[in-house]
Amino acid sequence: MIRDITIGQYYPVDSVLHRLDPRTKLFGTMAFIVSLFLADHILSYVVATVFLAVAIRMSRVPLSFMVRGLKAIVFLLLISVSFNLFLTDGEEIFHIWILRVTKEGVRMAGFMAVRLIYLVVGSSIMTLTTTPNQLTDGLEKSLGFLKKVKVPVHEIAMMMSIALRFIPILVEETDKIMKAQMARGADFESGGLIQKAKSMVPLLVPLFISAFRRATDLAMAMEARCYHGGEGRTKMKPLRYAPRDRVAYAAFAVYLAAMVGTRVLV
Amino acid sequence: MAIRAEHLTFVYNQGTALEQKALDDVSFEIPDGQFVGVIGHTGSGKSTLIQHLNGLIKPTSGKIYYNGEDIYGEGYSLKTLRSKVGLVFQYPEHQLFEVDVISDVCYGPRNLGLSPEEARQRAEEALRLVGMKEKYWQQSPFELSGGQKRRVAIAGVLAMNPDVLILDEPTAGLDPRGRDEILDEVKELHKKRGMTILLVSHSMEDMARYAQRLLVMNHGRKAFDGTPKEVFEHYKELESMGLAAPQVTYIAHALRERGLAVEEDITTVEEARDAILRLFGKE
Repeated sequence: MIRDITIGQYYPVDSVLHRLDPRTKLFGTMAFIVSLFLADHILSYVVATVFLAVAIRMSRVPLSFMVRGLKAIVFLLLISVSFNLFLTDGEEIFHIWILRVTKEGVRMAGFMAVRLIYLVVGSSIMTLTTTPNQLTDGLEKSLGFLKKVKVPVHEIAMMMSIALRFIPILVEETDKIMKAQMARGADFESGGLIQKAKSMVPLLVPLFISAFRRATDLAMAMEARCYHGGEGRTKMKPLRYAPRDRVAYAAFAVYLAAMVGTRVLV
Repeated sequence: MAIRAEHLTFVYNQGTALEQKALDDVSFEIPDGQFVGVIGHTGSGKSTLIQHLNGLIKPTSGKIYYNGEDIYGEGYSLKTLRSKVGLVFQYPEHQLFEVDVISDVCYGPRNLGLSPEEARQRAEEALRLVGMKEKYWQQSPFELSGGQKRRVAIAGVLAMNPDVLILDEPTAGLDPRGRDEILDEVKELHKKRGMTILLVSHSMEDMARYAQRLLVMNHGRKAFDGTPKEVFEHYKELESMGLAAPQVTYIAHALRERGLAVEEDITTVEEARDAILRLFGKE
């Protein structure tokens, strides 16, 4: 159940995507997300689908694993789809009571659903093929110029990597506490909304306590090893672009051109 | 025949790169009122095994019967099962959440649908069983010491009135005194209430002292199943599994190697004392 959340999880296999420089994947994913919001024609979505399918294939991560990550956004998906479906003005197809479904609404809702799903799958590809450490390294290096204007890039990157690193730990912890409370007869599934929210208290209180405990432990362990921020800190594996990163950038450029092309020309 | 497990196999993350076989064709039967110890190296499948017994994990294949009924059979209530087979997790104090001790212990019975009065009565009884004094009952569980927190958590499971009590390393992280107290209380539950006990532990001394039967897990398989004396005879094989026999067993063996007539199957300090005193001619 709770283990199904795959966002932020690393999938350890060896593939071309795994070997890419994290910066390439980071910029690529950003470009992909932006391109999704540019797209407003069915053809653009075909291009995006093909691109995504190739990326999934190349990552060698089973599709089922990525799709499982979608369960986490089902609720969000439902809300945004129904909003678009019922609240868009235009040519009416049919209506039930006060809910009007229009041609434009169906179109918008469909696009919205595809966008959200691709957004999650696209960013899952990045996190599934990049270890949190690589990801932070990539972020830190690409945003390094912000240090000049006194943005604590290293600290932010460190916080992010710790946050990402803790997702699976907290998921596991949640699973454990859930089981412990279920062993005491807790029921997290049945009941109405209020009942369900109430049943979360025995889960959330221990979870928060454990998160804080882990945070203080980690802070202590880092300080014990003389961590004092980014100043003068060197890297064991400095990031360097390889030829395959150039190829990847070229692929992204072609993809973006295709996306812009479908928007401008069609 | 309280609990029967037949050919249990469990695979974590099936169908992914992270696939891992945690249990591999494990079968056993635990009669009512037995005190069973479960030992095994870290990652040998002990914790996975015990979570099967109250239906928290569904086996990939195999069957579990409680009092002859298949717990995954049609219409079998897992909630009822969980009240009959109480499971105390490792570091159970991490599950405490209520504002005071007594309400936390009431959580289990309340989930069973008991009235507040009945629940409170059961909670009080359970707290007395684990030796928590009345003055602590209104305190926040987070203000208590480690050992006390653990007792409250164990009471939280006992308050459900289980027939079988499973404890996953109930003494981990406690000082020697807290450890002995908790184990003695578990022994009392077994003796006075006739509860079936399943105790997971890393301490061979504790096992020799408390358990009537030992299940040894190794790489997801059942390696040995017998009385502690029978199992600890295989101390060489146990060592190859990252386990060991109690220290006095080694002393007894060393004494025998030097030609002293002590029994081979000594597993507790008391037995060793008696054997050595006998050598000196004193009973």
